[in-house]
Amino acid sequence: MDRRLIIEHIPRLRRYARALVGDRYVADDLVQDTLERAWNKFYLWRPGSDLRAWLFTIMHNVFVNQARRRRYEIEQPMEDLPTVAVRATQIEQLELRDVDRVMRTLPSEQREVVLLVAVEQLTYNEVSKALDIPIGTVMSRLSRARERMRQVLGGQAVISLKVVK
Amino acid sequence: MKTVTETDLHAYVDGAAGEGARGDIEAWLASHPEEAERLRAYAEQNAMLRSLYNPILDEPVPAALLAVQPHAWRRYAVAAAIFAVGIALGWLLRSELVRPQMVPLSLARQAAIAHVVYAPEVRHPVEVAASEEDHLVRWLSKRLGTTLTAPKLSQVGYDLVGGRLLSNAQGPVAQFMYQDARGQRLTLYVSRTRGEPRDTAFRFSQEDRVAVFYWVDGNFGYALSGEMSKDQLLGVADVVYAQLNP
Repeated sequence: MDRRLIIEHIPRLRRYARALVGDRYVADDLVQDTLERAWNKFYLWRPGSDLRAWLFTIMHNVFVNQARRRRYEIEQPMEDLPTVAVRATQIEQLELRDVDRVMRTLPSEQREVVLLVAVEQLTYNEVSKALDIPIGTVMSRLSRARERMRQVLGGQAVISLKVVK
Repeated sequence: MKTVTETDLHAYVDGAAGEGARGDIEAWLASHPEEAERLRAYAEQNAMLRSLYNPILDEPVPAALLAVQPHAWRRYAVAAAIFAVGIALGWLLRSELVRPQMVPLSLARQAAIAHVVYAPEVRHPVEVAASEEDHLVRWLSKRLGTTLTAPKLSQVGYDLVGGRLLSNAQGPVAQFMYQDARGQRLTLYVSRTRGEPRDTAFRFSQEDRVAVFYWVDGNFGYALSGEMSKDQLLGVADVVYAQLNP
């Protein structure tokens, strides 16, 4: 068994976890719990199948189980946006902050779908397997989330006022 | 012209539509400007989400995550460590030089090693900075399975820099780092101890250049390390000890 197989996926798991829960430390807790579970169930993984999709499935299960106990649910926007925000212009930075803010307002099941599709670039089929939901549900969650984001981000004025305050 | 479904439109945005379908969808969009506008917004969302979250990929991975191991490995590691300590104890007892302070002694040694590894770090001396002290303490407490506190050392000129999670054969270890105005650093190492809970007195050990004061309180060992004289370190160690043993 090769540790590197799993270790090389850690940056992606951290990206997904952070985008999902917002808070850096809560996200790393989620990653840690996921890695522990993955190691203990590694014998269940079929070599040759997509390890990344398998890890996302485990993270989803850990997240859902814990979210019931409200352990990972953070409703606040990210306080420490990743470094690109520092390099971006101020306007871009505010826009990105708005995007993150809207993400926080989405129900977590919609947030998961958007992130897996847009950021992790899984196929709809892979998302359906990872989250264990029918593909029709993947599409309807994706559709609702995108429309909600479009409406909120379209109303820039409202959000910008909140930022300026 | 074929009907274009909502799924086709999303697939188009996500680059998942086949060659033929793309042409059909583009033709359809040409006559549906509002839908085209909507898809442009979705594509822009994708781009923004990626620029928002992709930089996380470039962050250094916390050591705690790299240290996660399968249980079997952990068992072997613990077994190997116990075996090694057993050999060392046996050898040392043979010479009748040693009383059972072996574990506290190795605590000082481990703390000193962790000190020389992390104290010189310029960019990443800690995983969690003092600005997030509440979070730091909660996180490390959770990992160690006890309620930790980071002693306040400002009265002796040291401010908390932050902390990190390490590990040894007994499991997770917390390291708090402090710094004075001249940049002199101290670390407080908190580790589980093996065996029965017990208490020891305050002890000193010189580990090469590193001075270490340490003690065991119940199931936990504490070690304060610094590259300074015993007397200088003692002034701080007294404060730490007093705060942790009120």
